[in-house]
Amino acid sequence: MHNAKHTSAAQQFGMHRATHRDPKLVQWGLTLAALLTISVLIVIPLVNVFYQAFAGGLPTYWENLVRDSDTLNSILLTLAVAPLAVVANLVFGLAAAWAITRFQFPGRSLLTALIDLPFSVSPVVAGLMLMLLFGLQGYFGPWLQEHNWKIIFSTPGLILATCFVTLPFVARELIPVMEAIGPEEEIAAISLGADGWQMFWRVTLPNIKWGLLYGVILCNARAMGEFGAVYVVSGHITGRTDTMPLRVEKLFQEYNNPGSFAVASLLTLLALVTLIVKVLLERKTRLELAEAARVVHTPGEAS
Amino acid sequence: MSPSNRKVLPGFSLSLGYTLLYMSLLALIPLAACFTKAFSLSVDQFWAAVWTPRTVAAYQFTFTVSIVSSLASIILGFVIAWVLVRYDFPLKRIFDALIDLPFALPTAVAGLVYSGLYVETGWLGQFLVPLGIYGAYSRFAVVLVLTFLGIPFVVRTLQPVLESLEDDKEEAAYLLGASRSQTFWRVIFPTLIPALVTGFALSLARGLGEYGSVVFVSGNMPFKTEIAPVLIVARLEEFAYAEATAIAVVLLVISFAMLVLINLLERWSKRYYA
Repeated sequence: MHNAKHTSAAQQFGMHRATHRDPKLVQWGLTLAALLTISVLIVIPLVNVFYQAFAGGLPTYWENLVRDSDTLNSILLTLAVAPLAVVANLVFGLAAAWAITRFQFPGRSLLTALIDLPFSVSPVVAGLMLMLLFGLQGYFGPWLQEHNWKIIFSTPGLILATCFVTLPFVARELIPVMEAIGPEEEIAAISLGADGWQMFWRVTLPNIKWGLLYGVILCNARAMGEFGAVYVVSGHITGRTDTMPLRVEKLFQEYNNPGSFAVASLLTLLALVTLIVKVLLERKTRLELAEAARVVHTPGEAS
Repeated sequence: MSPSNRKVLPGFSLSLGYTLLYMSLLALIPLAACFTKAFSLSVDQFWAAVWTPRTVAAYQFTFTVSIVSSLASIILGFVIAWVLVRYDFPLKRIFDALIDLPFALPTAVAGLVYSGLYVETGWLGQFLVPLGIYGAYSRFAVVLVLTFLGIPFVVRTLQPVLESLEDDKEEAAYLLGASRSQTFWRVIFPTLIPALVTGFALSLARGLGEYGSVVFVSGNMPFKTEIAPVLIVARLEEFAYAEATAIAVVLLVISFAMLVLINLLERWSKRYYA
């Protein structure tokens, strides 16, 4: 996900100052084109998901979700896999941001670049890599079988695949925030006798909480929605290794459109909630960064 | 930030050690396994897996649709960003927020709904199919869904640049007698080029790796609408791991090249705006 935050204040001023320049006809034409594009590509599909899901009425919708035990299992599986992946990447994100923004070490910028690596790997390739390590023909396959451990075609594989795909989310939100805040308050806390954990809970965490939450929300949305990577490692065992997106695909293949759209509507709801929280948090993190920029009197360094 | 932080602030070795361990286990070792496996093939075997008429058709298709949809994304995304930054209209904030939907919506859902909208009985297909426009199970279908995924990259890259455009430059151009279109093409547009190129590269990278939505809408017809990741899955289902890995390595090399390119572009545009 590209990290481009914009200031709505500038946006509001901007539109007032420049709006009179373009002829009315151009303004209307472009606005119409933009709204038509957004409507066709985004709004109509969005409405259609809920229309299709509820086409058979509310009782049918409910039955499609709850009476179908395989669908119910897929929901439960997603609710188990996604939070585990999010927590793993939350801990990783904190560690990585702390190391990268608070210390100098050789290879620091390389490490920062490497964190984004999973974004540029096709999800299917990510799944394949896990197969090569842990699948029956994989490097650790025979060893795992000897000890009767199963990773591929079972929940641990799903968790690993999801962790890989969502690895950068928390770290890449935290790094700019912590960079902007700077280490001064933490150094002060330590100098005044706080130990590491006290400093973390009382100084660091309160400073970064909104940025952290923002990263977690984005990470969770992707974790619950991941398709390609888990598709490869799941083995498609109905009722056991199908997450919600995989269930959507299976029901679609079985020509069970109402069932498929019912599951899809839940995922769409998740996306909408994510968007709302994102809008709210973006404002908060912007304030956080502005605050940090005001405290640190080094213009040009706090970006 | 000074290196002496290490003497003051705690947790350097713990946090760096954990970061390196986590990334190695989850990303670097699997990647290494991928390359090791591919190199276990002889050159001839590798070539035979990577370069068949079917795989070549898949690469061509993947590239063509990704490039076409990225072009569509920068044109449509430019119009959207321009309108959102410069004009005012009802519900603007909601439309603005909705631009991020493709980031948040699971790709399987996007594929499912797009495949239904453009068939003959679908909401949009009922008008388009009689006109001979097939927006489902066709090349156009893949372009549509990839454009959906690509637009937010372009809009979110362009928006901050458009907002930071200095008003006085336009004013100066106007006062010096430039027409509106001259001002646009000579003053505004050149400053947007780095952002447009970055947006193009980001949506291209996304399109090249996309799997979830495409398998729903493309119909996956070999030689016609089959993308490279579908071939990997097909090889895996035949338990031909090495062949699957060979194709994966080709994709990995392409996406790493894209990653380097995007980083260079971002550095270039930073210098450009500085």
